Amino acid sequence: MAAGLLSRLFTPKRPIAKNIEIGIGVTVAMSLFVAWCLLTYTGLVSASFLPAPDAVGAAFVEKLSDGSLLRHTRISLYEIYTGFFLSSLIAVPLGIFMGSFRIVAATIEPIVNFMRYLPVTALIPLLILWIGIGFEEKVAVIFLGVFFQQIVLIADVSAQVHEDLFKASYTLGATRRQVVTRVLVPATMPGVMDTLRITMGWAWTFLVVAELVASSSGLGYMILQAMRGLHPATIFVGILVIGFLGLVTDLAFKYAKALLLPWTTVR
Amino acid sequence: MGRVSIEQVSLEFRTRRTGTIVALDSLSFEVPDKQFAVIVGPSGCGKSSLLTLVAGLNETTSGYCKVDGRTVSGPGADRGMVFQSYSLFPWLTVRKNVEFGPSLRNLSARERIERARHYVDAVGLGDFEDAYPVQLSGGMQQRVALARVLANDPEVLLMDEPFGALDNQTRTHMQGLLLGIWEREQKTVLFVTHDIDEALFLGDVVYVMSARPGRIIDTIDVGLARPRRYDIVTSDSFVDYKRRIMARLHSEVEKTMNVMPL
Repeated sequence: MAAGLLSRLFTPKRPIAKNIEIGIGVTVAMSLFVAWCLLTYTGLVSASFLPAPDAVGAAFVEKLSDGSLLRHTRISLYEIYTGFFLSSLIAVPLGIFMGSFRIVAATIEPIVNFMRYLPVTALIPLLILWIGIGFEEKVAVIFLGVFFQQIVLIADVSAQVHEDLFKASYTLGATRRQVVTRVLVPATMPGVMDTLRITMGWAWTFLVVAELVASSSGLGYMILQAMRGLHPATIFVGILVIGFLGLVTDLAFKYAKALLLPWTTVR
Repeated sequence: MGRVSIEQVSLEFRTRRTGTIVALDSLSFEVPDKQFAVIVGPSGCGKSSLLTLVAGLNETTSGYCKVDGRTVSGPGADRGMVFQSYSLFPWLTVRKNVEFGPSLRNLSARERIERARHYVDAVGLGDFEDAYPVQLSGGMQQRVALARVLANDPEVLLMDEPFGALDNQTRTHMQGLLLGIWEREQKTVLFVTHDIDEALFLGDVVYVMSARPGRIIDTIDVGLARPRRYDIVTSDSFVDYKRRIMARLHSEVEKTMNVMPL
Protein backbone atom coordinates (compact mmCIF):
# COMPACT_ATOMS: atom_id res chain seq x y z
CA MET A 1 0.00 0.00 0.00
CA ALA A 2 2.71 2.43 1.02
CA ALA A 3 4.79 1.36 -1.96
CA GLY A 4 1.73 1.87 -4.17
CA LEU A 5 1.25 5.42 -2.87
CA LEU A 6 4.92 6.27 -3.33
CA SER A 7 5.04 4.99 -6.89
CA ARG A 8 1.91 6.99 -7.65
CA LEU A 9 3.38 10.18 -6.18
CA PHE A 10 6.53 9.83 -8.27
CA THR A 11 4.89 9.01 -11.62
CA PRO A 12 5.54 11.96 -13.98
CA LYS A 13 2.51 14.25 -14.56
CA ARG A 14 0.20 12.00 -12.58
CA PRO A 15 -2.28 14.10 -10.60
CA ILE A 16 -2.26 13.69 -6.82
CA ALA A 17 -5.05 14.23 -4.30
CA LYS A 18 -5.73 17.86 -3.42
CA ASN A 19 -5.31 17.29 0.33
CA ILE A 20 -1.92 15.62 -0.19
CA GLU A 21 -0.85 18.57 -2.34
CA ILE A 22 -1.92 21.11 0.30
CA GLY A 23 -0.48 18.94 3.08
CA ILE A 24 2.96 18.89 1.44
CA GLY A 25 2.94 22.68 0.97
CA VAL A 26 1.94 23.31 4.58
CA THR A 27 4.49 20.81 5.89
CA VAL A 28 7.36 22.45 4.01
CA ALA A 29 6.37 25.94 5.19
CA MET A 30 5.97 24.73 8.78
CA SER A 31 9.31 22.92 8.71
CA LEU A 32 11.09 26.08 7.57
CA PHE A 33 9.44 28.02 10.39
CA VAL A 34 10.34 25.37 12.97
CA ALA A 35 13.94 25.35 11.69
CA TRP A 36 14.02 29.13 12.04
CA CYS A 37 12.77 28.89 15.66
CA LEU A 38 15.29 26.15 16.51
CA LEU A 39 18.22 28.10 15.06
CA THR A 40 17.36 31.31 16.90
CA TYR A 41 15.81 30.35 20.27
CA THR A 42 18.50 27.78 21.06
CA GLY A 43 21.12 30.49 20.55
CA LEU A 44 22.74 28.48 17.78
CA VAL A 45 22.82 31.59 15.60
CA SER A 46 23.32 35.05 17.07
CA ALA A 47 20.38 37.47 17.05
CA SER A 48 22.37 40.13 15.18
CA PHE A 49 22.82 37.63 12.34
CA LEU A 50 19.39 35.99 12.22
CA PRO A 51 16.67 37.61 14.35
CA ALA A 52 14.11 35.39 16.06
CA PRO A 53 10.49 35.30 14.84
CA ASP A 54 9.22 37.39 17.76
CA ALA A 55 11.81 40.10 17.07
CA VAL A 56 10.67 40.26 13.45
CA GLY A 57 7.05 40.40 14.68
CA ALA A 58 7.90 43.25 17.03
CA ALA A 59 9.71 45.15 14.26
CA PHE A 60 6.68 44.63 12.02
CA VAL A 61 4.30 46.04 14.66
CA GLU A 62 6.62 48.96 15.30
CA LYS A 63 7.00 49.88 11.63
CA LEU A 64 3.27 49.46 11.15
CA SER A 65 2.30 51.66 14.10
CA ASP A 66 4.63 54.54 13.22
CA GLY A 67 3.20 54.49 9.70
CA SER A 68 6.54 54.09 7.95
CA LEU A 69 5.90 50.56 6.65
CA LEU A 70 2.67 51.58 4.93
CA ARG A 71 4.31 54.72 3.54
CA HIS A 72 7.27 52.81 2.07
CA THR A 73 4.98 50.09 0.72
CA ARG A 74 2.68 52.61 -0.90
CA ILE A 75 5.57 54.39 -2.57
CA SER A 76 7.11 51.14 -3.84
CA LEU A 77 3.75 49.94 -5.19
CA TYR A 78 3.13 53.27 -6.87
CA GLU A 79 6.55 53.17 -8.54
CA ILE A 80 6.28 49.58 -9.70
CA TYR A 81 2.74 49.83 -11.06
CA THR A 82 3.46 53.05 -12.91
CA GLY A 83 6.61 51.67 -14.56
CA PHE A 84 5.01 48.33 -15.30
CA PHE A 85 1.81 49.85 -16.67
CA LEU A 86 3.62 52.28 -18.97
CA SER A 87 5.89 49.54 -20.26
CA SER A 88 3.03 47.09 -20.90
CA LEU A 89 0.96 49.79 -22.56
CA ILE A 90 3.56 50.12 -25.33
CA ALA A 91 5.19 46.67 -25.31
CA VAL A 92 1.98 44.67 -25.79
CA PRO A 93 0.80 46.25 -29.07
CA LEU A 94 4.33 46.71 -30.37
CA GLY A 95 5.24 43.11 -29.56
CA ILE A 96 2.11 41.79 -31.26
CA PHE A 97 2.98 43.75 -34.41
CA MET A 98 6.65 42.81 -34.23
CA GLY A 99 5.81 39.11 -34.16
CA SER A 100 3.43 39.20 -37.11
CA PHE A 101 4.67 41.99 -39.39
CA ARG A 102 8.13 41.56 -40.87
CA ILE A 103 8.36 45.29 -41.51
CA VAL A 104 7.88 46.14 -37.82
CA ALA A 105 10.40 43.47 -36.83
CA ALA A 106 12.93 44.81 -39.33
CA THR A 107 12.49 48.31 -37.92
CA ILE A 108 12.81 47.69 -34.20
CA GLU A 109 14.41 44.26 -33.76
CA PRO A 110 18.05 45.48 -33.90
CA ILE A 111 17.46 48.10 -31.19
CA VAL A 112 15.39 45.75 -29.06
CA ASN A 113 17.99 42.99 -29.16
CA PHE A 114 20.79 45.40 -28.29
CA MET A 115 18.88 46.85 -25.36
CA ARG A 116 17.71 43.46 -24.19
CA TYR A 117 21.20 42.28 -23.36
CA LEU A 118 22.11 45.51 -21.61
CA PRO A 119 21.48 44.98 -17.88
CA VAL A 120 19.26 47.82 -16.70
CA THR A 121 21.34 47.98 -13.53
CA ALA A 122 24.19 49.30 -15.69
CA LEU A 123 21.97 52.21 -16.68
CA ILE A 124 21.08 53.26 -13.13
CA PRO A 125 24.04 55.66 -12.67
CA LEU A 126 23.19 57.36 -15.97
CA LEU A 127 19.52 57.60 -15.04
CA ILE A 128 20.41 59.15 -11.67
CA LEU A 129 22.57 61.70 -13.46
CA TRP A 130 19.76 62.52 -15.88
CA ILE A 131 16.62 62.45 -13.75
CA GLY A 132 17.73 62.23 -10.11
CA ILE A 133 16.82 59.67 -7.47
CA GLY A 134 13.10 60.34 -7.18
CA PHE A 135 9.93 58.65 -8.37
CA GLU A 136 10.69 59.23 -12.07
CA GLU A 137 14.03 57.45 -11.86
CA LYS A 138 12.45 54.33 -10.31
CA VAL A 139 9.75 54.31 -12.98
CA ALA A 140 12.43 54.65 -15.66
CA VAL A 141 14.46 51.75 -14.25
CA ILE A 142 11.41 49.47 -14.13
CA PHE A 143 10.31 50.57 -17.59
CA LEU A 144 13.69 49.92 -19.18
CA GLY A 145 14.08 46.69 -17.23
CA VAL A 146 10.87 45.04 -18.38
CA PHE A 147 10.01 46.79 -21.65
CA PHE A 148 12.54 45.08 -23.93
CA GLN A 149 11.93 41.70 -22.32
CA GLN A 150 8.17 42.07 -22.69
CA ILE A 151 8.41 43.07 -26.32
CA VAL A 152 10.52 40.03 -27.27
CA LEU A 153 8.36 37.57 -25.32
CA ILE A 154 5.13 39.00 -26.77
CA ALA A 155 6.56 39.07 -30.31
CA ASP A 156 7.23 35.36 -29.88
CA VAL A 157 3.66 34.75 -28.70
CA SER A 158 2.38 36.66 -31.73
CA ALA A 159 4.62 34.74 -34.14
CA GLN A 160 3.28 31.45 -32.77
CA VAL A 161 -0.35 32.21 -33.72
CA HIS A 162 -1.25 29.55 -36.26
CA GLU A 163 -1.55 30.75 -39.84
CA ASP A 164 -4.59 28.51 -40.41
CA LEU A 165 -6.61 30.88 -38.20
CA PHE A 166 -5.76 33.74 -40.56
CA LYS A 167 -6.51 31.66 -43.65
CA ALA A 168 -9.86 30.59 -42.19
CA SER A 169 -10.82 34.19 -41.43
CA TYR A 170 -9.81 35.43 -44.89
CA THR A 171 -12.03 32.81 -46.50
CA LEU A 172 -14.84 33.91 -44.18
CA GLY A 173 -14.51 37.37 -45.69
CA ALA A 174 -12.28 39.14 -43.16
CA THR A 175 -10.23 42.13 -44.27
CA ARG A 176 -6.59 42.46 -43.17
CA ARG A 177 -7.63 44.92 -40.50
CA GLN A 178 -10.30 42.52 -39.20
CA VAL A 179 -7.76 39.68 -39.15
CA VAL A 180 -5.60 41.79 -36.83
CA THR A 181 -8.34 43.01 -34.49
CA ARG A 182 -10.57 39.94 -34.46
CA VAL A 183 -8.04 37.11 -34.76
CA LEU A 184 -4.43 38.08 -34.06
CA VAL A 185 -5.09 40.14 -30.94
CA PRO A 186 -7.47 37.72 -29.16
CA ALA A 187 -5.26 34.76 -30.13
CA THR A 188 -2.26 36.32 -28.36
CA MET A 189 -4.10 37.20 -25.14
CA PRO A 190 -3.23 34.07 -23.08
CA GLY A 191 0.45 34.43 -23.95
CA VAL A 192 0.32 38.16 -23.20
CA MET A 193 -1.17 37.48 -19.77
CA ASP A 194 1.56 34.93 -19.00
CA THR A 195 4.24 37.38 -20.14
CA LEU A 196 2.85 40.12 -17.92
CA ARG A 197 2.77 37.76 -14.98
CA ILE A 198 6.40 36.72 -15.46
CA THR A 199 7.74 40.22 -16.08
CA MET A 200 5.90 41.58 -13.04
CA GLY A 201 8.20 39.40 -10.95
CA TRP A 202 11.23 40.92 -12.66
CA ALA A 203 9.86 44.41 -12.08
CA TRP A 204 10.06 43.80 -8.32
CA THR A 205 13.73 42.93 -8.66
CA PHE A 206 14.54 46.09 -10.61
CA LEU A 207 12.55 48.23 -8.19
CA VAL A 208 14.38 46.97 -5.12
CA VAL A 209 17.76 47.28 -6.85
CA ALA A 210 16.98 50.87 -7.81
CA GLU A 211 15.86 51.68 -4.26
CA LEU A 212 18.97 50.08 -2.78
CA VAL A 213 21.29 52.08 -5.02
CA ALA A 214 19.83 55.51 -4.37
CA SER A 215 16.57 56.43 -2.79
CA SER A 216 14.92 58.29 0.04
CA SER A 217 11.85 56.08 0.36
CA GLY A 218 10.38 52.70 -0.54
CA LEU A 219 10.82 49.18 0.79
CA GLY A 220 14.34 48.83 -0.64
CA TYR A 221 15.32 52.07 1.13
CA MET A 222 13.78 50.78 4.36
CA ILE A 223 15.86 47.61 4.12
CA LEU A 224 19.03 49.58 3.44
CA GLN A 225 18.42 51.89 6.41
CA ALA A 226 17.84 48.86 8.65
CA MET A 227 21.17 47.46 7.55
CA ARG A 228 22.95 50.71 8.39
CA GLY A 229 21.26 50.82 11.80
CA LEU A 230 22.01 47.13 12.40
CA HIS A 231 18.33 46.15 12.63
CA PRO A 232 18.22 42.75 10.93
CA ALA A 233 14.64 42.25 12.14
CA THR A 234 13.51 45.22 10.02
CA ILE A 235 15.38 43.80 7.02
CA PHE A 236 13.33 40.65 7.43
CA VAL A 237 10.12 42.68 7.66
CA GLY A 238 11.00 44.33 4.32
CA ILE A 239 11.81 41.00 2.66
CA LEU A 240 8.64 39.32 3.94
CA VAL A 241 6.45 42.23 2.82
CA ILE A 242 7.98 42.17 -0.68
CA GLY A 243 7.50 38.42 -0.88
CA PHE A 244 3.89 38.73 0.25
CA LEU A 245 3.10 41.49 -2.25
CA GLY A 246 4.67 39.43 -5.02
CA LEU A 247 2.54 36.45 -4.09
CA VAL A 248 -0.65 38.53 -4.04
CA THR A 249 0.16 40.07 -7.45
CA ASP A 250 0.85 36.64 -8.93
CA LEU A 251 -2.45 35.29 -7.62
CA ALA A 252 -4.23 38.35 -9.00
CA PHE A 253 -2.80 37.65 -12.47
CA LYS A 254 -3.85 34.02 -12.20
CA TYR A 255 -7.43 34.90 -11.30
CA ALA A 256 -7.58 37.67 -13.89
CA LYS A 257 -6.65 35.15 -16.58
CA ALA A 258 -9.34 32.70 -15.50
CA LEU A 259 -11.87 35.54 -15.39
CA LEU A 260 -10.95 37.39 -18.60
CA LEU A 261 -9.98 34.37 -20.72
CA PRO A 262 -12.38 31.64 -19.56
CA TRP A 263 -11.57 29.47 -22.58
CA THR A 264 -8.02 28.88 -21.30
CA THR A 265 -9.24 27.19 -18.14
CA VAL A 266 -12.41 25.31 -19.16
CA ARG A 267 -12.18 21.58 -19.73
CA MET B 1 -24.36 30.63 -58.79
CA GLY B 2 -21.00 28.98 -58.27
CA ARG B 3 -19.36 27.75 -61.45
CA VAL B 4 -15.65 27.14 -60.92
CA SER B 5 -13.32 27.16 -63.92
CA ILE B 6 -9.70 26.10 -63.70
CA GLU B 7 -7.94 27.37 -66.82
CA GLN B 8 -4.40 26.22 -67.61
CA VAL B 9 -3.38 26.66 -63.97
CA SER B 10 0.28 26.07 -63.14
CA LEU B 11 2.01 26.51 -59.81
CA GLU B 12 5.74 26.47 -59.24
CA PHE B 13 7.78 26.80 -56.08
CA ARG B 14 11.34 28.00 -56.03
CA THR B 15 13.55 26.79 -53.23
CA ARG B 16 17.28 27.25 -52.90
CA ARG B 17 17.91 23.59 -52.18
CA THR B 18 15.87 21.89 -54.88
CA GLY B 19 15.51 24.58 -57.52
CA THR B 20 12.14 24.99 -59.22
CA ILE B 21 9.43 22.48 -58.35
CA VAL B 22 6.37 22.23 -60.54
CA ALA B 23 3.47 21.51 -58.19
CA LEU B 24 0.68 21.91 -60.74
CA ASP B 25 1.19 21.61 -64.48
CA SER B 26 -1.40 23.47 -66.60
CA LEU B 27 -4.50 22.03 -65.01
CA SER B 28 -7.85 22.65 -66.67
CA PHE B 29 -11.34 21.58 -65.72
CA GLU B 30 -14.71 23.07 -64.97
CA VAL B 31 -17.07 22.45 -62.08
CA PRO B 32 -20.64 23.42 -62.96
CA ASP B 33 -22.89 25.15 -60.45
CA LYS B 34 -24.12 22.92 -57.58
CA GLN B 35 -21.85 20.03 -58.53
CA PHE B 36 -19.98 17.99 -55.93
CA ALA B 37 -16.51 17.59 -57.43
CA VAL B 38 -13.81 15.56 -55.70
CA ILE B 39 -10.09 15.61 -56.39
CA VAL B 40 -8.26 12.47 -55.34
CA GLY B 41 -4.53 11.98 -55.57
CA PRO B 42 -1.39 10.81 -53.80
CA SER B 43 -0.03 12.98 -51.00
CA GLY B 44 2.12 15.83 -52.23
CA CYS B 45 0.46 15.96 -55.65
CA GLY B 46 -0.61 19.55 -55.19
CA LYS B 47 -4.33 18.94 -54.70
CA SER B 48 -4.45 21.08 -51.57
CA SER B 49 -2.42 23.79 -53.32
CA LEU B 50 -5.10 23.89 -55.99
CA LEU B 51 -7.74 24.62 -53.34
CA THR B 52 -5.72 27.48 -51.87
CA LEU B 53 -5.49 28.94 -55.39
CA VAL B 54 -9.27 28.81 -55.83
CA ALA B 55 -9.65 30.26 -52.33
CA GLY B 56 -7.34 33.10 -53.36
CA LEU B 57 -4.91 32.43 -50.53
CA ASN B 58 -2.09 31.90 -53.00
CA GLU B 59 -1.35 33.07 -56.54
CA THR B 60 -1.04 30.92 -59.64
CA THR B 61 2.28 30.97 -61.51
CA SER B 62 0.25 31.04 -64.74
CA GLY B 63 -3.36 30.43 -65.67
CA TYR B 64 -6.56 31.49 -63.98
CA CYS B 65 -9.09 30.27 -61.45
CA LYS B 66 -12.51 31.74 -62.15
CA VAL B 67 -15.78 31.70 -60.28
CA ASP B 68 -18.77 32.50 -62.50
CA GLY B 69 -16.34 33.93 -65.03
CA ARG B 70 -14.68 36.31 -62.57
CA THR B 71 -10.97 35.73 -62.10
CA VAL B 72 -9.98 34.99 -58.51
CA SER B 73 -7.62 37.69 -57.25
CA GLY B 74 -7.83 37.18 -53.49
CA PRO B 75 -9.81 35.46 -50.76
CA GLY B 76 -13.49 36.22 -50.35
CA ALA B 77 -16.60 35.13 -48.50
CA ASP B 78 -18.06 33.68 -51.71
CA ARG B 79 -15.58 30.79 -51.41
CA GLY B 80 -15.74 29.25 -47.94
CA MET B 81 -13.03 26.79 -46.94
CA VAL B 82 -12.93 23.95 -44.42
CA PHE B 83 -9.40 22.93 -43.41
CA GLN B 84 -8.05 19.61 -42.25
CA SER B 85 -6.77 21.08 -39.02
CA TYR B 86 -9.48 22.38 -36.79
CA SER B 87 -9.14 26.05 -37.51
CA LEU B 88 -11.77 27.18 -35.02
CA PHE B 89 -11.17 30.28 -32.93
CA PRO B 90 -10.44 28.87 -29.46
CA TRP B 91 -11.54 32.05 -27.66
CA LEU B 92 -15.05 31.94 -29.15
CA THR B 93 -17.91 29.65 -28.16
CA VAL B 94 -19.45 27.38 -30.77
CA ARG B 95 -22.18 29.92 -31.50
CA LYS B 96 -19.73 32.84 -31.71
CA ASN B 97 -17.50 30.83 -34.05
CA VAL B 98 -20.42 30.22 -36.37
CA GLU B 99 -21.43 33.88 -36.15
CA PHE B 100 -17.92 35.02 -37.08
CA GLY B 101 -18.45 35.29 -40.84
CA PRO B 102 -21.84 37.03 -40.66
CA SER B 103 -20.50 39.40 -37.97
CA LEU B 104 -17.82 40.69 -40.37
CA ARG B 105 -20.55 42.07 -42.59
CA ASN B 106 -23.18 44.52 -41.51
CA LEU B 107 -25.82 41.95 -40.77
CA SER B 108 -28.36 42.76 -38.08
CA ALA B 109 -27.77 41.03 -34.76
CA ARG B 110 -31.07 39.18 -35.06
CA GLU B 111 -30.30 37.80 -38.50
CA ARG B 112 -26.80 36.85 -37.38
CA ILE B 113 -28.06 34.93 -34.37
CA GLU B 114 -30.76 33.21 -36.40
CA ARG B 115 -28.29 32.09 -39.07
CA ALA B 116 -25.86 30.79 -36.45
CA ARG B 117 -28.57 28.90 -34.58
CA HIS B 118 -29.87 27.38 -37.80
CA TYR B 119 -26.50 25.94 -38.81
CA VAL B 120 -25.45 24.90 -35.32
CA ASP B 121 -28.67 22.89 -35.24
CA ALA B 122 -28.07 21.59 -38.78
CA VAL B 123 -24.80 19.98 -37.69
CA GLY B 124 -26.44 18.64 -34.53
CA LEU B 125 -24.62 20.75 -31.96
CA GLY B 126 -27.60 22.65 -30.55
CA ASP B 127 -26.75 21.49 -27.04
CA PHE B 128 -23.15 22.71 -27.32
CA GLU B 129 -23.78 26.31 -28.42
CA ASP B 130 -21.96 27.77 -25.43
CA ALA B 131 -19.07 25.30 -25.32
CA TYR B 132 -15.55 26.31 -26.30
CA PRO B 133 -13.68 24.35 -29.01
CA VAL B 134 -11.29 22.71 -26.48
CA GLN B 135 -14.32 21.06 -24.90
CA LEU B 136 -15.30 19.32 -28.14
CA SER B 137 -14.06 16.15 -29.84
CA GLY B 138 -12.33 16.35 -33.22
CA GLY B 139 -15.48 15.35 -35.10
CA MET B 140 -17.56 17.94 -33.27
CA GLN B 141 -14.98 20.63 -33.99
CA GLN B 142 -15.12 19.80 -37.68
CA ARG B 143 -18.91 20.04 -37.58
CA VAL B 144 -18.55 23.54 -36.13
CA ALA B 145 -16.09 24.43 -38.90
CA LEU B 146 -18.66 23.26 -41.45
CA ALA B 147 -21.47 25.23 -39.78
CA ARG B 148 -19.23 28.31 -39.64
CA VAL B 149 -18.62 28.19 -43.39
CA LEU B 150 -22.28 27.49 -44.23
CA ALA B 151 -23.52 30.37 -42.06
CA ASN B 152 -21.62 32.66 -44.42
CA ASP B 153 -23.70 31.36 -47.37
CA PRO B 154 -20.80 30.95 -49.84
CA GLU B 155 -21.32 30.06 -53.49
CA VAL B 156 -18.52 27.50 -53.40
CA LEU B 157 -17.45 25.19 -50.61
CA LEU B 158 -13.74 24.29 -50.66
CA MET B 159 -12.90 21.32 -48.47
CA ASP B 160 -9.28 20.33 -47.86
CA GLU B 161 -9.30 16.76 -46.48
CA PRO B 162 -11.72 17.93 -43.80
CA PHE B 163 -12.27 14.45 -42.35
CA GLY B 164 -8.69 13.24 -42.72
CA ALA B 165 -7.87 13.40 -39.02
CA LEU B 166 -11.03 11.67 -37.83
CA ASP B 167 -11.50 8.03 -36.90
CA ASN B 168 -13.37 5.76 -39.30
CA GLN B 169 -16.81 5.78 -37.68
CA THR B 170 -16.79 9.54 -37.18
CA ARG B 171 -15.63 10.07 -40.77
CA THR B 172 -18.46 7.94 -42.19
CA HIS B 173 -20.93 9.84 -40.05
CA MET B 174 -19.53 13.19 -41.19
CA GLN B 175 -19.71 12.17 -44.86
CA GLY B 176 -23.40 11.34 -44.45
CA LEU B 177 -23.99 14.63 -42.63
CA LEU B 178 -22.20 16.59 -45.36
CA LEU B 179 -24.20 14.92 -48.14
CA GLY B 180 -27.46 15.62 -46.33
CA ILE B 181 -26.58 19.29 -45.96
CA TRP B 182 -25.32 19.56 -49.55
CA GLU B 183 -28.53 18.07 -50.92
CA ARG B 184 -30.54 20.72 -49.04
CA GLU B 185 -28.24 23.70 -49.63
CA GLN B 186 -27.32 22.97 -53.26
CA LYS B 187 -23.86 24.49 -53.32
CA THR B 188 -20.88 23.84 -55.52
CA VAL B 189 -18.33 21.74 -53.64
CA LEU B 190 -14.67 21.20 -54.45
CA PHE B 191 -13.49 18.46 -52.12
CA VAL B 192 -9.92 17.20 -51.82
CA THR B 193 -9.06 13.79 -50.37
CA HIS B 194 -6.63 10.90 -50.69
CA ASP B 195 -9.33 8.42 -49.67
CA ILE B 196 -10.87 6.72 -52.73
CA ASP B 197 -13.96 5.49 -50.85
CA GLU B 198 -14.63 8.99 -49.62
CA ALA B 199 -14.22 10.42 -53.13
CA LEU B 200 -16.68 7.98 -54.69
CA PHE B 201 -19.19 8.14 -51.87
CA LEU B 202 -19.42 11.92 -52.03
CA GLY B 203 -18.69 13.01 -55.58
CA ASP B 204 -20.73 13.61 -58.74
CA VAL B 205 -17.40 13.61 -60.50
CA VAL B 206 -13.97 12.47 -59.32
CA TYR B 207 -10.76 13.91 -60.76
CA VAL B 208 -7.73 11.67 -60.32
CA MET B 209 -4.47 13.57 -60.02
CA SER B 210 -0.97 12.36 -60.82
CA ALA B 211 2.04 12.61 -58.56
CA ARG B 212 4.12 15.78 -58.88
CA PRO B 213 3.86 17.60 -61.19
CA GLY B 214 0.12 17.47 -60.56
CA ARG B 215 -1.97 16.74 -63.65
CA ILE B 216 -5.42 15.30 -64.08
CA ILE B 217 -5.00 11.77 -65.35
CA ASP B 218 -8.59 10.55 -65.17
CA THR B 219 -12.07 11.96 -64.81
CA ILE B 220 -14.84 9.73 -63.50
CA ASP B 221 -18.51 10.64 -63.73
CA VAL B 222 -19.87 8.79 -60.75
CA GLY B 223 -23.18 7.34 -61.83
CA LEU B 224 -24.31 6.29 -58.36
CA ALA B 225 -27.88 7.28 -57.53
CA ARG B 226 -28.59 9.83 -54.80
CA PRO B 227 -29.38 9.98 -51.98
CA ARG B 228 -26.54 7.60 -51.20
CA ARG B 229 -26.45 5.40 -48.15
CA TYR B 230 -23.32 4.33 -46.30
CA ASP B 231 -23.66 0.73 -47.59
CA ILE B 232 -23.34 1.83 -51.20
CA VAL B 233 -19.60 1.21 -50.85
CA THR B 234 -20.29 -2.53 -51.12
CA SER B 235 -22.28 -2.29 -54.38
CA ASP B 236 -20.81 -3.72 -57.59
CA SER B 237 -20.68 -0.44 -59.49
CA PHE B 238 -18.93 1.29 -56.54
CA VAL B 239 -16.31 -1.46 -56.47
CA ASP B 240 -15.80 -1.16 -60.25
CA TYR B 241 -15.14 2.59 -59.97
CA LYS B 242 -12.84 1.95 -57.06
CA ARG B 243 -10.84 -0.63 -58.98
CA ARG B 244 -10.38 1.83 -61.83
CA ILE B 245 -9.13 4.63 -59.56
CA MET B 246 -6.86 2.29 -57.61
CA ALA B 247 -5.22 1.12 -60.81
CA ARG B 248 -4.63 4.72 -61.86
CA LEU B 249 -3.27 5.77 -58.48
CA HIS B 250 -1.14 2.70 -57.83
CA SER B 251 1.58 3.63 -60.31
CA GLU B 252 1.44 7.26 -59.13
CA VAL B 253 2.00 6.34 -55.51
CA GLU B 254 4.91 4.14 -56.59
CA LYS B 255 6.40 7.17 -58.30
CA THR B 256 6.14 9.43 -55.25
CA MET B 257 7.84 6.83 -53.08
CA ASN B 258 10.95 7.12 -55.22
CA VAL B 259 11.02 10.90 -55.19
CA MET B 260 12.74 12.99 -52.55
CA PRO B 261 10.12 14.74 -50.44
CA LEU B 262 10.08 18.53 -50.52
